[in-house]
Amino acid sequence: MGRGGSRATGAAAPPWHALPDEVWEHAFSFLPTAADRGAAAGACSSWLRAERRSRHHLAVANCYAAAPRDAIERFPAVRAAEVKGKPHFADFGLVPPAWGGAAAPWIAAAADGWPLLEELSFKRMVVTDECLEMIAASFRNFQVLRLVSCDGFSTAGLAAIAAGCRQLRELDLQENEIEDCSIHWLSLFPESFTSLVTLNFSCLDGEVNITVLERLVTRCRNLKTLKLNNAIPLDKLASLLQKAPQLVELGTGKFSADYHPDLFAKLEVAFGGCKSLRKLSGAWDAVPDYLPAFYCVCDGLTSLNLSYATVRGPELIKFISRCKNLQQLWVMDLIEDLGLAVVASSCSKLQELRVFPSDHFGLGVLTERGLVDVSASCPMLESVLYFCRRMTNEALITIAKNRPNFTCFRLCILEPHTPDYITQHPLDAGFSAIVESCKGLRRLSISGLLTDLVFRSIGAHADRLEMLSIAFAGNSDLGLNYILSGCKSLKKLEIRDCPFGDKPLLANAAKLETMRSLWMSSCLLTLGACRQLARKMPHLSVEIMNDPGWSCPLDSLPDESPVEKLYVYRTIAGPRSDTPSYVQIV
Amino acid sequence: MGEAAESKKSRGHHSWMREPGDHHQHQDEEEKTLELSLGLPGGGGGGGGGWRAACRDKGKLSVAAATATDSSLLSPGYSTLVSHSSQGKAKGSPGAAHLPATGNALASNNNSSQTRSPSTPVIGWPPVRSFRRNLATSSKTSLELQNGKKAPKAEEIKRAPFIKINMDGIPIGRKIDLNAFDSYEKLSLAVDRLFRGLLAAQQAPLAAEAKVCPQEVAISGLLDGTGKYTLVYEDYEGDRVLVGDVPWGMFVSSVKRLRVLKTSDLSSSVSTSFHLPSYMLNLLLSPPYSEIVDFLSSMQLIASGRKRTAAEC
Repeated sequence: MGRGGSRATGAAAPPWHALPDEVWEHAFSFLPTAADRGAAAGACSSWLRAERRSRHHLAVANCYAAAPRDAIERFPAVRAAEVKGKPHFADFGLVPPAWGGAAAPWIAAAADGWPLLEELSFKRMVVTDECLEMIAASFRNFQVLRLVSCDGFSTAGLAAIAAGCRQLRELDLQENEIEDCSIHWLSLFPESFTSLVTLNFSCLDGEVNITVLERLVTRCRNLKTLKLNNAIPLDKLASLLQKAPQLVELGTGKFSADYHPDLFAKLEVAFGGCKSLRKLSGAWDAVPDYLPAFYCVCDGLTSLNLSYATVRGPELIKFISRCKNLQQLWVMDLIEDLGLAVVASSCSKLQELRVFPSDHFGLGVLTERGLVDVSASCPMLESVLYFCRRMTNEALITIAKNRPNFTCFRLCILEPHTPDYITQHPLDAGFSAIVESCKGLRRLSISGLLTDLVFRSIGAHADRLEMLSIAFAGNSDLGLNYILSGCKSLKKLEIRDCPFGDKPLLANAAKLETMRSLWMSSCLLTLGACRQLARKMPHLSVEIMNDPGWSCPLDSLPDESPVEKLYVYRTIAGPRSDTPSYVQIV
Repeated sequence: MGEAAESKKSRGHHSWMREPGDHHQHQDEEEKTLELSLGLPGGGGGGGGGWRAACRDKGKLSVAAATATDSSLLSPGYSTLVSHSSQGKAKGSPGAAHLPATGNALASNNNSSQTRSPSTPVIGWPPVRSFRRNLATSSKTSLELQNGKKAPKAEEIKRAPFIKINMDGIPIGRKIDLNAFDSYEKLSLAVDRLFRGLLAAQQAPLAAEAKVCPQEVAISGLLDGTGKYTLVYEDYEGDRVLVGDVPWGMFVSSVKRLRVLKTSDLSSSVSTSFHLPSYMLNLLLSPPYSEIVDFLSSMQLIASGRKRTAAEC
């Protein structure tokens, strides 16, 4: 930066604050995050103007925080937009259907104001076939469609995308509920269409025309990611791989068949040809005999997602132990402590581990031991999601000491209120150790038997915590008060089945405006408090959910009425108009 | 379309973790208990969700609550036993004394929090996406399809083709391909075929020398303890277990080797599903325990033990 510039008189260059917008726009393109850009935009009006006009990527974390039209007006040059809808707990069935989160208003506004839009990503929203048709018809440069945990559309909508988006590079469908209309949507990609780089239809239930798929894969020479669904049999997988040996990411779909040496050999050859394969996933149904066919790719794998795979036992462990460069591992608890011990000793580059629960009524041998081992031996481990049946404070303290670099720690002990199984104490000490040691912790989920003490620790120490999930924990209002009066960086707070009432909510009302959203269900809230909160904080939308079969106008109910589900979020758009009958905005 | 998606999800919830046969029955029982429990003292501590709202609403019985669109309430989905001790935790709150949805009203019928039986479901717990549950359901169903039924080819669980099988009293073992059978009956017949001749030759060496055909006796009763021999297996953990307890598919994937033991030798070397020391077996011989024992042995759970003790007396 020119030190003498501003002091120089009669200098040839204009003073820095009079530089043309294009210069600032170029400067802002180097800012790494949207938060940085937002901060820059707040400096002065010329920076605001320059920044917003050059913003190409917009992430709307809550689709109701602003109206689509506002977003379009403020950021007219957006080329990639990402919008999220329902609250996170909708993933677990806590939000009844028809709650909202429709993508249509966003697509309609974008069609109007962002004709050059190239990328759209929706998460937990309702996307209809009409939406997909509108996308295909409105954006001539459309390249990337990503739908995560959405519902409302069918293969007819996919057909519209295939037929209409001539420049499509990515079609990424993750865990959506897609209705099967038996339309051969894959066939609607024209023969001249060769631009596909990512194709993920793993969540699709129905059949897919294999021949059409093979032709598509053959002509799309740039295909890097291919994730198949369960309908693709193993022998077809082998031939697909042979047509696309350049794949970097592969989802195998259903991986089970009778053992035939010829098929094994074919798979082995096919995988042998995939020198660039780095990420592997699929629903593997316990076919240990085929696992050795993968051995040739193990060394190169950086990501392995076996969280839908019921494969277990020594074959699984042998397979994983060969994946020495693994950075991301998702498995089911069928891996057991023994398997995790092997992971600990083999996968020294591991950064993220997720262990999902399988059969509850089985006597799985996954305990705290597995997590302790991995956290002790994997120095780069920073993100954990772990479902298990038992835990001790000592284990958590050890984990905290070994891995102060956690950024995401989510522990789910399957039975609520489970104490330390050795001492029978609450797990306060353990989780306190985690938040005290892991200074960079951004996301935390706690479980087990917990008192208000753990919240005191979290509130005091978790300065960088952005998202906190609490269930079946705490003794009193104090718990919630600790959180809301501490946790400087808190953005999302979701609570279920805790004895938290009105007082801490009202006492910390201002905090809620610094957060993105708050979810509280099955707590001890009353309608009166919610009304007060809404009156006090006009920029918050306070939504109450009753059970869907019973809708009674809120006005008639007294203040003492209990509130079953509360969802509060900050918004500049005012109360939304698409609430179903069981949602009421106070 | 949203509705279709939801009901598909709930179907997944219904069959998650359940034997295909009994989930309907259980669901009906759950519905009945739900209706009965609505007015239980101790507050309407329900499983969360709309269920609790209906409870607290001054007894207004909303049928809609019992058939909550949040369908995982009725379908057990993931069920966890919620411990009773948590019910005391709630602090005073205005209005109806409602507790955090920990102790379910149903839990009072099922206070054995140590058993793993599927009861007291808690909605949306553990926090796993429904998508993940549905997929796991389909693989569990494929496991269950193995049990004596013709499973679609793509879903059969395959393991190493041949495993060793040895018989008491016969020095030479055989190898058997489990993939050739789809039920315990067929396995039993095959074992009979494999060893019948060998057994006869073993027991009548003189007959062989005299060039007379040894008398072959069918080896029967391998599975129910009624025969002279009983079929056991060793699993990957090294335990010896009676053949026949688990669904066929599960057996095929966990068996390491087979053994045909003399039924009279069983007590010392076999672990059954229930471990019963002999003093307990003697206790069980007297009524009313003997009725229970008869019932259990008819389910092939303690057959051999009972017979042995009877012989001792």
